[in-house]
Amino acid sequence: MKHLWLTAWTDVIESLRARWFMVYSLVFGGIVVILFAFGLSESRIMGFTGLSRLLVTYIQLSMAILPIFVLITTVRSVAGDREAGVFEYMLSLPVSLSSWFWGRFLGRFFVVFLPVFLAMLGAVIWGLVKGSEIPWNLFVYYSALLMSLAWCFLGIGMLISTLARSSDVAQGAAFLVWLTLLLFLDLILLGVLIQERLPPDTAVAIALANPLQVFRTATMMLFDPQLVLLGPTAFVILDRFSVEGYIAWAVLYPILFGSVAATLGYFLFRRSDLP
Amino acid sequence: MIEFSGVTKRFRRQEVLQSIDLRIERGQRVALVGSNGAGKTTLIRCLLGEYTHQGQVLIDGESPREHRQSVLSKIGFVPQLPPPLRMPVGQLVRFSASLCQADPERMQAVADDLGFDARRYRHHPFFKLSGGQKQKLLIAIALGRDSELLVMDEPAANLDPEARHQLFRLLAEKQDKAAMLISSHRLDEVAALVNRVIEMDQGRIVLDDEVADSVDMTRLLAVVVIMTQPEDAFARALSEWGFRELADPCHWSGTIAGPDRLRFLGMLSRYAALLAGLEMSEAAGSATEASDVA
Repeated sequence: MKHLWLTAWTDVIESLRARWFMVYSLVFGGIVVILFAFGLSESRIMGFTGLSRLLVTYIQLSMAILPIFVLITTVRSVAGDREAGVFEYMLSLPVSLSSWFWGRFLGRFFVVFLPVFLAMLGAVIWGLVKGSEIPWNLFVYYSALLMSLAWCFLGIGMLISTLARSSDVAQGAAFLVWLTLLLFLDLILLGVLIQERLPPDTAVAIALANPLQVFRTATMMLFDPQLVLLGPTAFVILDRFSVEGYIAWAVLYPILFGSVAATLGYFLFRRSDLP
Repeated sequence: MIEFSGVTKRFRRQEVLQSIDLRIERGQRVALVGSNGAGKTTLIRCLLGEYTHQGQVLIDGESPREHRQSVLSKIGFVPQLPPPLRMPVGQLVRFSASLCQADPERMQAVADDLGFDARRYRHHPFFKLSGGQKQKLLIAIALGRDSELLVMDEPAANLDPEARHQLFRLLAEKQDKAAMLISSHRLDEVAALVNRVIEMDQGRIVLDDEVADSVDMTRLLAVVVIMTQPEDAFARALSEWGFRELADPCHWSGTIAGPDRLRFLGMLSRYAALLAGLEMSEAAGSATEASDVA
């Protein structure tokens, strides 16, 4: 266990000094600053105003940026480390493969979630300073959703890094995975599937299996509890899950998805050439 | 101590190691030589349990793949190319020492011996060190613990003459307790360090020979070089070996480590036309140092 935390801490130290982390932090910090600068917290749309409005916009933007950022930075740095000889040296030290793999996973999770969370926390603190009303329920729910999304795509990233032997291939594969999930994200593809007389339950199952769609629907639910925006699919979702059930699904399912992907990556990692 | 039985490694269709059988005992210092692509690095990676392969690799009866922690805690490894780690020097030393259950102070002391002050650079990112400093730190991590097998890939390639001498002295301290596997693509770089030479070519062992074990690794030689005429390039090369100019610019003196003499003569051969004289004798300090080691 000590080696696991030691590896996680080492990965955090490595990542904090990496250029990708600076860019990553700047992007998420920058989004919050820009949203404040453009006076979004003063605007009123669909009944949302102040910090609630800002957080709703922030999470919509995060959905677009976070998955691809986590995927690309994970596969680039992990596959890049392998190519550069970091694995060759570090794995010559007496650390177990499970401590190494999961230590890196946990360290990386901390690093990818921290800037996203801190940017949101910064917005809340700024709101407190300005005397705004703080939507704590929204803050906690969005933190949980973002954590779940980051975990999910980190798991996928670790799996791709294990499978791909070079950072170029890994990046290409990561982009392809993201694009596939994006295509199934919404209604264009699902619409086609339904047009082709696919049973509606199958279309809904595809939507429920896509972590991006799950995240998107869950964020919608807060300002559109009846999921009017989603169309007829909403009936199936709400009938089967209820609002609370779906929120639980939206938080837990991506964590499960990421964990399964990472576990698969771990078993492949154990069985393959390490450097 | 180390046993390779029928070890074969393929990358797709290419057979990089072809049924290697090899046994290395404690106290043996083995030079693993061969041209690029001969299979040296692959052999080392199989030894470290980093590659899957056919056949069996055992270290003290244990597989490095299945008993990673137990086996790797006995192995000190120095790679040819230092990894581009961003972590600070202090963190790397603490991390390695903690994994190896070693004392970080001991690793720092070895680094000091090699002429690298790890404490001074503790906040400095590892990848920003010079090639020589990185090499010294990785050697310090490998030697600053109770390793029973030293696996080194071109360990002295980036070291200055003084650090090379210190490395030879440190290796001499380990030579009876540990086995050593020193990889190089040039035999003259490592010949004086070893008592066995294994040459690889296209994934096979093509030569396995014992070497007369008469080299005292702690020995120092006092050398005087006389040039026929002053020459800048020759003078620079001698300065790199730590030599100083004597009374006139044609006379230079300095000391070299005993195991380095072949390499030194190799350097001199490049300037043979400018060489008017050469004296090489046992330096006064080497016996004392040798007895210190003993």
